[in-house]
Amino acid sequence: MRKLKLVMVGNGMAGVRTLEELIKIAPEMYEITVFGAEPHPNYNRILLSPVLAGEMTIQDIILNDKQWYADNGIDLRLNNKVVKIDRKARKVFGEDGCEVEYDRLLLATGSNPFMLPIPGADLPGVIAYRDIADTDAMIEAAARHKHAVVIGAGLLGLEAANGLALRGMDVSVVHISDWIMERQLDQTAANMLRKSLEAKGMKFLLPKFTAELQAGESGRVSKVVFKDGETVPADLVVMAAGIRPNTALAESAGIHCERGIVVNDTMQTYDPRVYAVGECANHRGIAYGLVAPLFEQAKVCANHLAMFGIGLYKGSVTSTKLKVTGIDVFSAGDFMGGDGTEDIVLNDPGAGVYKRVVLKDDKLVGAVMYGDTKDGAWYFQMLKDGQNIGEIRDHLLFGNSHLGDAGHKGVNSAAAMPDTAEVCGCNGVCKGDIVKSIKENGLFTLDEVRKHTKASSSCGSCTGLVEQILASTIGGAYQPADSNNKAVCGCTDHSHGEVRKAVREHKLLSPQAVMDFMEWSTPNGCASCRPALNYYCISTWPHEAKDDAQSRFINERAHANIQKDGTYSVVPRMLGGLTTPAELRAIADAADKYKVPTVKVTGGQRIDLLGVKKGDLPLIWHDLNQAGMVSGHAYGKSIRTVKTCVGSEHCRFGTQRSMEMGVKLEKMLFGMYSPHKVKLAVSGCPRNCAEAGIKDVGVIGVDSGYEIYVAGNGGIKTEVAQFFCKVQTDEEVKEVSAAFLQLYREEGFYLERTVHYIERVGLDYVKKRVLDDTANRKALYERLLFALQGYVDPWQERAQLPELRRNFEDVTA
Amino acid sequence: MTTQSLDTTTTDLTWRPVFKLDEIPVLGSRVVGSTAHGDIAVFRNREDEVFAVHDKCPHKGGPLSQGMVHGRSVTCPLHNWKIQLESGEAVAPDKGCTKPFAVKVEDGMVFLQL
Ligand code: SRM
Ligand SMILES: Cc1cc2nc3c(=O)[nH]c(=O)nc-3n(C[C@H](O)[C@H](O)[C@H](O)COP(=O)(O)OP(=O)(O)OC[C@H]3O[C@@H](n4cnc5c(N)ncnc54)[C@H](O)[C@@H]3O)c2cc1C
Ligand code: SF4
Ligand code: FES
Repeated sequence: MRKLKLVMVGNGMAGVRTLEELIKIAPEMYEITVFGAEPHPNYNRILLSPVLAGEMTIQDIILNDKQWYADNGIDLRLNNKVVKIDRKARKVFGEDGCEVEYDRLLLATGSNPFMLPIPGADLPGVIAYRDIADTDAMIEAAARHKHAVVIGAGLLGLEAANGLALRGMDVSVVHISDWIMERQLDQTAANMLRKSLEAKGMKFLLPKFTAELQAGESGRVSKVVFKDGETVPADLVVMAAGIRPNTALAESAGIHCERGIVVNDTMQTYDPRVYAVGECANHRGIAYGLVAPLFEQAKVCANHLAMFGIGLYKGSVTSTKLKVTGIDVFSAGDFMGGDGTEDIVLNDPGAGVYKRVVLKDDKLVGAVMYGDTKDGAWYFQMLKDGQNIGEIRDHLLFGNSHLGDAGHKGVNSAAAMPDTAEVCGCNGVCKGDIVKSIKENGLFTLDEVRKHTKASSSCGSCTGLVEQILASTIGGAYQPADSNNKAVCGCTDHSHGEVRKAVREHKLLSPQAVMDFMEWSTPNGCASCRPALNYYCISTWPHEAKDDAQSRFINERAHANIQKDGTYSVVPRMLGGLTTPAELRAIADAADKYKVPTVKVTGGQRIDLLGVKKGDLPLIWHDLNQAGMVSGHAYGKSIRTVKTCVGSEHCRFGTQRSMEMGVKLEKMLFGMYSPHKVKLAVSGCPRNCAEAGIKDVGVIGVDSGYEIYVAGNGGIKTEVAQFFCKVQTDEEVKEVSAAFLQLYREEGFYLERTVHYIERVGLDYVKKRVLDDTANRKALYERLLFALQGYVDPWQERAQLPELRRNFEDVTA
Repeated sequence: MTTQSLDTTTTDLTWRPVFKLDEIPVLGSRVVGSTAHGDIAVFRNREDEVFAVHDKCPHKGGPLSQGMVHGRSVTCPLHNWKIQLESGEAVAPDKGCTKPFAVKVEDGMVFLQL
């Protein structure tokens, strides 16, 4: 097949990111030519500020060197501006006279700095702040001249002023509004910021209107004249008064533009062969000026170019961080508030801390902070997710760390951590390693950090912290993914919700069928998506979808838990934690016979035989089966244990027969697979010796019946279960628990425990479906029982059937 | 029929029949134990290509045979390193290599060069 020709105009951050995404998913589809007006390969424009401040060098900020273009077969034409597009002939014309044909054209021309149309704006010594050339000019001016004036006190202006001041210039910042960064900060935060910048030696003139720039004897700019007649000396004037999407080329080719090249949700312009991404594009009326949204656009555009027509760009919420070392400001969303909104404010000028969150209908809609910004990423996530914060409202301003976290998800504040502090306990990764990798490899997303450093790629408990480090290292360029719509994995853009829906609506019965139907970009998925797809098929279509062993993680395929040395553990089920002398004898005999090195009582009230060789598994299972014992599924995303206390059977305080209730529940749920593991507990009275308060379903006996709690979790981040309802009979306990678990089985996303499921859908919703709607509760209960019908103990199956048994045996050559 | 002729360092190599192709599940593996090179994992992918590598992950020695197979790679069950089955090399950014072995299928029988 002939390769299609893709021409890209503008070799900047958004455009090259699009190519990277495209090459990842369709490496062979296009023959690519890139035109760049600048003489440099793609670099990280946002790091021009640390370069100016002397904290980094140009070499440090190159994202794709020339070798990268060569390796990917891209014809790179630097220092070559495209001057004309002929859409009929499908050709572009370079400044050097070359002509290149295209099948698809990608415009990524960025923005132009806005130069105030005042007399003197074209004098030598008057520049903008946009690219390497500008940065070099500033560094040079700082070495030779004294007075700098920066016009505009937005992000860019302040970063320019800070850099020039650090390079020894005497800097004045001129601004037309009453306070600085008025588009990102409210007045209180802005004034605190201004004070600390003044302490660093910058002067502020505001509100002030610039009238004219005047030249000195040398012909170079020498002073700034204001409308009120005042003047200040200036050997360097930096205009940072805003940017304008660079649309001249597109307009000259007759492509529709209005403050940006107008694009649709697949990033196509009015001419569908022509795409536009980045600051030059106007999507639903907005031309973004921060990289995070541009990267989202890049991904969608690449998908469309690769002809996976599934991704849509729907716009972004952005957040802001100023990159001035030692100063922390953050803002996101609608931080000014107004009608129908409420503010919660913490103002401690003594400590230099100011925080304001804006709420609307119990949701966070905006936040602005000065001084202590470590919770910025957390607020931003809640804002994007539209999370209901009614319950944590009172603690909101004290931050994530005050929410009773047992894990280290929120306890540490990323910014304050020393470089040597260990962030990821599983893989032994320190903060310094992460920061270094982010800077050196130009990482922008959690996924990239995971790939490069391994941090947060195992148990995930440090994910929040890694996100904070990412946010504090790259500032506003960090865009946390929207938790509800995260793609399942790198093999697809579809979210878990979309996959579940497709499995249901199109009756997809195997992981391969889902991947084919939903156009997976890899031939057979990966170790992250396959188990999820398999679970969605078998939970949606019980008895019809066939369990796909090769899409099960080894523990579930072998029905035993793999250990670090490649041996396995065997944990027989002990219903409700009850056992008998005969069972104990059988366990002891098996442990002797198969030379089990370790026998341990688990935290789930049963006995673990650790260190069993794979080949011995079917044999030991056979022996245990003979004694009436079955798999305890200690390895699966499935029912684990139902813990019980002794209850009224023996205990002097017991009000209900908790052991009996626990055994009934565990029997009922035998063989249940779920999005994540499921644990239950039954206590005989509110003293709660079975710890029902941290279980997925916790049952507590009281004099008049049982209280049922749901969505507790005792693991990575301890979460106390929430009161669900009170019932009277054992049968009701079974019905409510089963209905709740079935709802979770049908709607939960893979690897989402009940607590996370409820966080996502809300407890009220679950109550409505399970408690208020009796018919629905009964139907859910029925569906669970139906799914579990005829379940065969996997140990028994493997101990008996030779063809299954063979999978445990090695052969010799 | 699929053959990979890969560089193996030992001399006097012979092709040894090990088991039938059907005995390896699609997207699964079987282990040839106790060879002079330790355990060798033989994988089969959806296209019925077979691959053989030393059953030892370059990271911390995890049994690769127990991982999930996709495309031409396997994900180690212990800490999710991805290993390319033709070369035995880890997928970047991880670095490391496990020894690959030559393997072929003839008339439904899998042969290992040992
Ligand atoms: C054996 C046992 C430890 C013990 O000796 O007591 C255990 C062992 C493991 N736990 Fe656990 N957990 C054990 C009780 C618990 C408990 C306590 C409980 O169940 O009452 C908890 C906290 C309660 C909870 O889950 O809410 C617990 C929270 C975890 C977590 C964190 C889950 C979370 O959602 O936060 C993991 C990681 C995971 O599942 O992703 C985990 C994962 C593991 C794994 C399976 C790690 C793995 O994937 O290899 C460990 C297997 C060790 C091995 O090599 O065999 N284990 N684990 C306990 C088995 C109980 C049983 O009879 O089934
Ligand atoms: C100093 C500074 C600090 C910043 N800090 C942050 C920050 O902290 N966080 C954040 O999110 N964003 C920040 N930004 C903004 C961010 O850098 C931009 O949003 C982003 O670079 C825009 O990407 P783009 O690809 O759309 O445009 P660009 O990166 O500007 O790329 C466009 C390229 O196209 C070239 N070009 C234009 N016309 C033509 C033509 N006709 N032919 C050939 N080439 C052409 C231009 O020369 C340019 O190289 C900062 C910007 C600056 C300047
Ligand atoms: S048993 Fe649980 S707590 Fe202990 S090391 Fe393993 S996963 Fe961690
Ligand atoms: S041993 Fe294979 S990934 Fe760690």
